[in-house]
Amino acid sequence: MQINMVEAVNQALREEMKRDKRVILLGEDVGVDGGVFRATEGLYKEFGPERVMDTPLAESGILGVSIGLALNGMRPVAEMQFSGFFWPAFDQLISHAGRYRNRTRGRFNLPLVVRFPCGGGVKALEHHSESYEAIYAHAPGVKVVYPSTPYDTKGLLKSAIRDPDPVVFMEHKKLYRAFRQEVPDGEYLVPIGESKVVQEGSDMTLISWGAMTLPVQRAAGLVAAHGVTCEIIDLRTISPLDMDPVISSVEKTGRCVIVEEGHRMCSVGAEIVAQINEKAFLSLKAPPLRVSGFDVPAPFYKMEDWYLPDTDRVVKAMRSVMKY
Amino acid sequence: MMLIDEFDPMKGEMLQILDKEGNVVAKSLEPKLPVEILRKMYYYMVLSRACDERMLKLQRSGRIGTFAPSVGQEAAQVGSALALGKEDWSVHSFREQAAYYLRGVPPEKLFLYFGGDPRGNMIPVDVNATPMAVPVSTQVPHAVGIALASKMRNDGRVVMVYFGDGGTSEGDFHEGMNFAGVFKCPVVFVCQNNQWAISVPRERQSASRTLAQKALAYGFKGILVDGNDVLAMHAACKEAVERARSGGGPTMIEAYTYRMWMHTTADDPSKYRSREEEKEWAEKDPIKRLRNYLTAKKVWNEEFEKEVQAKAASEIERAVKAMEGIEPLKPDDLFDYMFAKITKPLAEQKEYLKKALAEREVEEEKQEIIGGFP
Repeated sequence: MQINMVEAVNQALREEMKRDKRVILLGEDVGVDGGVFRATEGLYKEFGPERVMDTPLAESGILGVSIGLALNGMRPVAEMQFSGFFWPAFDQLISHAGRYRNRTRGRFNLPLVVRFPCGGGVKALEHHSESYEAIYAHAPGVKVVYPSTPYDTKGLLKSAIRDPDPVVFMEHKKLYRAFRQEVPDGEYLVPIGESKVVQEGSDMTLISWGAMTLPVQRAAGLVAAHGVTCEIIDLRTISPLDMDPVISSVEKTGRCVIVEEGHRMCSVGAEIVAQINEKAFLSLKAPPLRVSGFDVPAPFYKMEDWYLPDTDRVVKAMRSVMKY
Repeated sequence: MMLIDEFDPMKGEMLQILDKEGNVVAKSLEPKLPVEILRKMYYYMVLSRACDERMLKLQRSGRIGTFAPSVGQEAAQVGSALALGKEDWSVHSFREQAAYYLRGVPPEKLFLYFGGDPRGNMIPVDVNATPMAVPVSTQVPHAVGIALASKMRNDGRVVMVYFGDGGTSEGDFHEGMNFAGVFKCPVVFVCQNNQWAISVPRERQSASRTLAQKALAYGFKGILVDGNDVLAMHAACKEAVERARSGGGPTMIEAYTYRMWMHTTADDPSKYRSREEEKEWAEKDPIKRLRNYLTAKKVWNEEFEKEVQAKAASEIERAVKAMEGIEPLKPDDLFDYMFAKITKPLAEQKEYLKKALAEREVEEEKQEIIGGFP
């Protein structure tokens, strides 16, 4: 069966709701409307208003109520309508979701998922194009998942819903309907916390996640024509960060470029570079480089092509790593 | 007629059954409570007061850290918590000693918590109470979620959530109240209006005449209650709990009370409020008020007092021993409860810390590096 990312989200939700009646959805417009991106299309009809709840327009309330639902035996999947509107809920995420199990020594745990569309490149309104995975990853006690393909999205979202701890699930808008991919008819899961080597190569390691996998793949294709082979790694999970495939790869290639959509200061790429320095320093033939968004807010869309890393900026970084 | 229909918060009407001397002022409203319940009320109020007194000594002698005492608010907490059934939930802020004890959380849990030990938050498994939420009012939406889950399962449980007058200024209070109204959740909102949010007075939190009237904007009832009158608190909360249990939705109770001590042990109230005000409220002490009522009822006498004091003292001794006898925390405890299964980064950080602690390189007392450098 060929599906796109939005359909992957929808299928994962439907399957998990069928499997476990404790799984409930809540958020703004997730019910009758089926979500502004149609991620919850048809679920209201199938499972009814008690399990697919349109809520008041209040992000902190949505996550706070989800915490209460999880405390009392439910498995809530909350939707934030856009990542740019997450912030009122951030207090609940960092002050409670990420702390509850730890601060009660396991007396309480919070099996909840908060998922939302994120990322730029679709000519959206202000506050609709952010990619703040670094901020979520900085919050202890919270897992952060950021898939790039329909296959991984479905398998990871199902894993997230079954996870006994809170998961932030980031869905890039540009990928929602970017392409279709074959997924099995039967059930499958993709484990949280495993990076994936999507292409093997020997000259350089390219690391990305979310929609940045697109310019990375294009750049790798372009340099292949010049005899340079790239090992491409898709992180898939930002936290806990699975560095093993990255370290093995850098030990092999000695060169590394990380491509990310978030701002540059304290980015996920910065963490990866730090860990490469700690764990694979002597294998390096060139300093690892980052291609990232800039330290400006996700821009008005007339300027977003300057902000977002593209194939050209990726190739530039690859050239300087090769020529070092 | 229901109490919530009788007392209009918009007009500032306040439910009171006992005056400050413990005389019954509303004979028709005086509840017919069994003697055991009256004794239980008195015991938990005395226990909470005695625990706070002991905790203050423990804090001043460095055996526990900063804590937020409940002194003056015992009636508001006991009257409300006693309205809950065993299976019901209570959702807490950080100044609810009496409510916690009454719900079945033993005092050593609070001693441990304020002594910097997370095991204080291990609420006994047979008690449906949440640990203290320190960020103000962030617990309010949790209560609504818990209530919503109970409503979905139709398990007949009710949730009571505590917060303060300062807490009514927080967004989470309003979002929680709003959700509760929309989803008609079985939840009772108990605002302990103790007049002060550290140094900021009640009138700086809200221009509303009462805090209870805020419920009306969310589509349900609110009632202002004399929070130092345990009978009034109990009557109002019992009614609200029953209403919630029978599908009547949420209620907000404003307990008009007073924080007789400091905000926390790190605070000095003399900087912002007058001795006269404190004296005036000391005369409204909820324990004295109940004692006078029980005396008139012939439930209280010297012998009963001795019995209650002895029982509280032995409970406190037991709790102090339990706190001080607990096994020391290990470095593993920093990491092991983060996730159901420890993640690889955390496992690495744990090993690093254990190794660092096992192989110290700085002699701390002398502030010398052990061995040469580098």
